[in-house]
Amino acid sequence: VVITGAGVVTALGFGWKSNAEGFRSGRTAFRPVTLFDVSRQRAKTAAEISLNGSLPQTKLSPRQASRLDRASRLLLIAAHEAWQQAGWSPSDYLPVSLGTTSGGMSLGEAYYRQALQLPDKDRGQATRVSHYQAQRQALDLAEAFDFQGPVTIISNACASGANAIGHAWHLVRTGQAERVFTGGYDALSHLVFSGFDTLQALSTTRCRPFDAQRDGLALGEGAAMLAIESLDSARKRGATILGEIVGYGAANDSHHLTQPHPQGLAAVETMTAATRAANVSPEQIGYINAHGTATPLNDGAEAAAINTWAGAHAAKIPVSSTKASIGHLLGAAGAVEALVCLIALREQWLPPTTTIETVDPACAFPLVREPRDAKFDYALTNSFGFGGANATLILRRWA
Amino acid sequence: MNTPGSGTGAPAGHSSASAPACRTSADIFVHGTGAVSPAGWGKKPLLDAIASGTPLPPKEIQRPNANESLRVRQVPPPNPRPTWFAHARLRRTSPITQYIVAAALEAIGTDTARVTDGSLRLGVIVSVMSGCVNYSRRFYDETLRDPVTASPLVFPETVFNAPGSHIAALLGTNAINYTLVGDPGTFLQALALAADWLARGEVDGCLVVGAEEIDWLTSHAFRLFHRDIVLSDGAGAVYLRCGAPVSVPARTGSSGEHAGSETGAPVKLAAVTDSHLFTPAQSRIAALRKTREQLSVNGNVSLLVDGLQNLPRYDEAEATVWRDWSSARISPKKILGEGLMAAAAWQTVIAIDAVEKGAKAALVSIAGTNQQAIGAAFGTAD
Repeated sequence: VVITGAGVVTALGFGWKSNAEGFRSGRTAFRPVTLFDVSRQRAKTAAEISLNGSLPQTKLSPRQASRLDRASRLLLIAAHEAWQQAGWSPSDYLPVSLGTTSGGMSLGEAYYRQALQLPDKDRGQATRVSHYQAQRQALDLAEAFDFQGPVTIISNACASGANAIGHAWHLVRTGQAERVFTGGYDALSHLVFSGFDTLQALSTTRCRPFDAQRDGLALGEGAAMLAIESLDSARKRGATILGEIVGYGAANDSHHLTQPHPQGLAAVETMTAATRAANVSPEQIGYINAHGTATPLNDGAEAAAINTWAGAHAAKIPVSSTKASIGHLLGAAGAVEALVCLIALREQWLPPTTTIETVDPACAFPLVREPRDAKFDYALTNSFGFGGANATLILRRWA
Repeated sequence: MNTPGSGTGAPAGHSSASAPACRTSADIFVHGTGAVSPAGWGKKPLLDAIASGTPLPPKEIQRPNANESLRVRQVPPPNPRPTWFAHARLRRTSPITQYIVAAALEAIGTDTARVTDGSLRLGVIVSVMSGCVNYSRRFYDETLRDPVTASPLVFPETVFNAPGSHIAALLGTNAINYTLVGDPGTFLQALALAADWLARGEVDGCLVVGAEEIDWLTSHAFRLFHRDIVLSDGAGAVYLRCGAPVSVPARTGSSGEHAGSETGAPVKLAAVTDSHLFTPAQSRIAALRKTREQLSVNGNVSLLVDGLQNLPRYDEAEATVWRDWSSARISPKKILGEGLMAAAAWQTVIAIDAVEKGAKAALVSIAGTNQQAIGAAFGTAD
């Protein structure tokens, strides 16, 4: 199962090149939140994207485009880059597998405010209801690029994007589809920001994954889309192959609704399942893009899981969390971080976690604290979510 | 058309020694069903309501700050209150979680013990359209008033996959667990996905649940599209495994305890059609026509369970495409209301029940709200 197109948008920038440069230079992209009022929240910053309003040219009419919410715009921007890069054309059968947690939430919020504050005014409300729904966003995507096919939207909290790619991978590897358009997207919203803030999960200082004094995560927004297809299909088309997806594992951690098992048992299970599916051993993994949210509980559990899964070899596997640069993208995180692995594999360097001051002693593995070149063939990325949704993907360099 | 479980790749996740992959698509059977509906908690009240043919009386809920009453059909309080309501993970959950857990426990029946003791790896797929609207509305309302006082206990319950997580915790399963979001046709997509997981041996059994909860917010939202629509809530669950059950599981009550000993014919998941999208190039009628063609209706099918609800504009696609259907037909929404994902699950539970009771085969037709037309067929083992 190969990747022939990849598109991404994060607060580091639009597209592969901007993000590669951003990660490679160790930039962070946090700024004061401007999308909604955070004056009464504990945290005030996020990796908010500067959307200039322009959208790529697609088959959507200007009127349709004007109705898209913020998350749909992010999705469309990433999808356009992936579609162009893959060189795909309109299709009567192209399955879509997307991950999101709260895609159109800003529309839901606007709908609620108007319903409550202006109960006699229904103007615009039907449009908000319809575009709030994730399936509408997926159908807009299909219409934008003129394709049809089954739409699967997985909403497994912060593992959604990884699950969506894993599902797409299964569709291709089992021959149920020749090509699948897959990825994840989420935009910042007031409800979700407030939710994490009330849980005191947001950092009031700086997002520092795997730091001994870490005090919470920072939210971000973005999207990543991958055009994946069978090797035969890519070769027949003469497509440029960017990399491979070779392993996927998914499991559920039933320890607690919002807290992982302290030993990360489900994470051990997904990493083990993914390496088994990829037919590789931990010794062959050259880089781990950790879930690494920078909450005290997540990073401790993930460190324990990596230590257990890799055993003595953990000391040799470079690990970083790119959430230090772009924040936690929730439903988009798994997809964006898979794409970061793809970039790193293709360009042979390791993206850093630049904000670490004191390494958590629980980490038996080397943390990548500065960007650096590296020769490696396999990258593993973890995604864990509320409700115990755990997922691991493994990508291989195409050589 | 999807032949259930047609994926033949090697298992990528964990496969238990007790879980051989299904040899063919015909190996995937229904091992239990469950329901919570405006008719009550359990499958029996649902089936009794359908058998009566009388629409359940709607009640009115009030929209705040507005002189508007909204007619809905909501799930009545359970009587008796299930013991699992007191489980540590379920004490503060939203109604949708309670519906999902009740339907799930009824569907799994006696296999619950095997899941709990770890001898049966249970996959879970929950499908929703609106999800946990009550807690989302409540939490956002608290945020607008003052985020400092917004409840940290409520927010996690607003996440789409919270109910699926609660089921896993209650049963003690750590197997793959997805929450799918989409229009009501997604429930049948979830059945096809479950069949795929079973076929590749990733799980020993798979629970598929469709559910919704309603409040004034969703009711008002749907009234924007049709003033006469009556939303309803609840859940339906189908439990699939490879191989026919020795006997159809005994019916259970809302709290998961046995409530009877009826058995019926083994029911197989015969087919789930492709998902046919509604697009500018493909009308709802055209999409549903393709669905019907894929269901390859023949003389052996004795029942159609459709989504008609006496709302001509909503009903147009199904009324047109199935106009010449001459065998038996059940339209649960006419009795229960528009339950969205829950209604798709009720349709399926009703179709399965008919085959258990002697129908040769039964079809489910779903023309979703804004995404897809899709269908499924259930039949006997022979």
